[in-house]
Amino acid sequence: MRELFDLYVAFFKIGCVAFGGGYAMLPILEKDLVKERGWTTMEKLTDYFAIGQCTPGIIALNVSTFIGYNKKGIPGALVATAGFLTGPVIIILLIAAFLSNFAHYPVVQYAFSGIRVCVCVLILQAILRLWNKSVVDPVSFVLYLVIFALAAGSQYLPVSVPAAVLVICAGIFGVLFGKTPDEMKKKEEP
Amino acid sequence: MDLLLRLMYEFFKTGLFSVGGGLATLPFLYEMSEKTGWFSRYDVADMIAISECTPGAIGINMSTYAGFQTAGIPGGICASLGLALPSLIIIIVIAKFLNKFDENKYVQRAFYGLRPASIAMITGAGLNVAKVTLVDWNAATFDFLSSFPENLPLISFVKWPALILAVCLFVAMKKIKWHPVVFLAISAVIGILLRF
Repeated sequence: MRELFDLYVAFFKIGCVAFGGGYAMLPILEKDLVKERGWTTMEKLTDYFAIGQCTPGIIALNVSTFIGYNKKGIPGALVATAGFLTGPVIIILLIAAFLSNFAHYPVVQYAFSGIRVCVCVLILQAILRLWNKSVVDPVSFVLYLVIFALAAGSQYLPVSVPAAVLVICAGIFGVLFGKTPDEMKKKEEP
Repeated sequence: MDLLLRLMYEFFKTGLFSVGGGLATLPFLYEMSEKTGWFSRYDVADMIAISECTPGAIGINMSTYAGFQTAGIPGGICASLGLALPSLIIIIVIAKFLNKFDENKYVQRAFYGLRPASIAMITGAGLNVAKVTLVDWNAATFDFLSSFPENLPLISFVKWPALILAVCLFVAMKKIKWHPVVFLAISAVIGILLRF
């Protein structure tokens, strides 16, 4: 019971500072959940983000649900997700009720321009942290480039491919042509 | 009561079908606005503005706001719960599956493909934010066309204060192991002081 409470509080704190959406959250997740509490590993976090890309719902929520589940099963999943939601919901309700001009105050706009710069850096950090576990050989690097080109260039293509489709195709590619960690280790040994 | 249930239902559908980043909910919100008349398209623009300035995922923030506009505090709560429910269920199912099958060869191979794809999407998201924060588009689009090729050194297109802050933050975060929240707060203060 105590653990469920800790889970709730941990995700409540994360939800309150999750500026910039799911990806920028990664360094925060790493600091709180991997380094300080040891509740999960970077490898697992990478995988949760990967799955969160092709499942419905918001990545930040999905990752919270995953970690909560792995910690304490279904109750854990519910508690972690609820924790993450609580802060933002309260904040938005307050702003909507009392401060609907919130976004128009210059102070707010300046502050958030600053925060957005930090968000950029956080996302960059997320990419760097996940890179070694994600792009492990030339083949995965090519896959990275292809997916990136298709996603970033989707506005220039005749048919725009939804991100989820791209990611699922990548998964299928992996099943057909990919390697398991054991297979990759065998390749390295002479 | 009936309204609250309808709210939950509509946002449940939105949560089920919007895959990917938070702004994936946008088309659904527009459609909802037209279908139900609960809020206007202008309200949606306000929602986006506020959601970008608050913590939490954009999708949740927008549904909370829309729910509030429609039915006050209970509305905000119901809308958010509705949005979160589909992914909660789906992820729990997937998590159970993964726990049983994570030694499975095919699952591991799938991840071999999923991981680079995931990072590719994150790179895309990062570039989108960088585009807005680090590049001065007004200068770029106007000057570029009229003064090519003199403008090849892209000096005027970069928002230098933002870029310098970004570089400083990057270096600082590597050296000083503070919680990222501290850096977010510092960035907000700098944004105010320097009127970004």
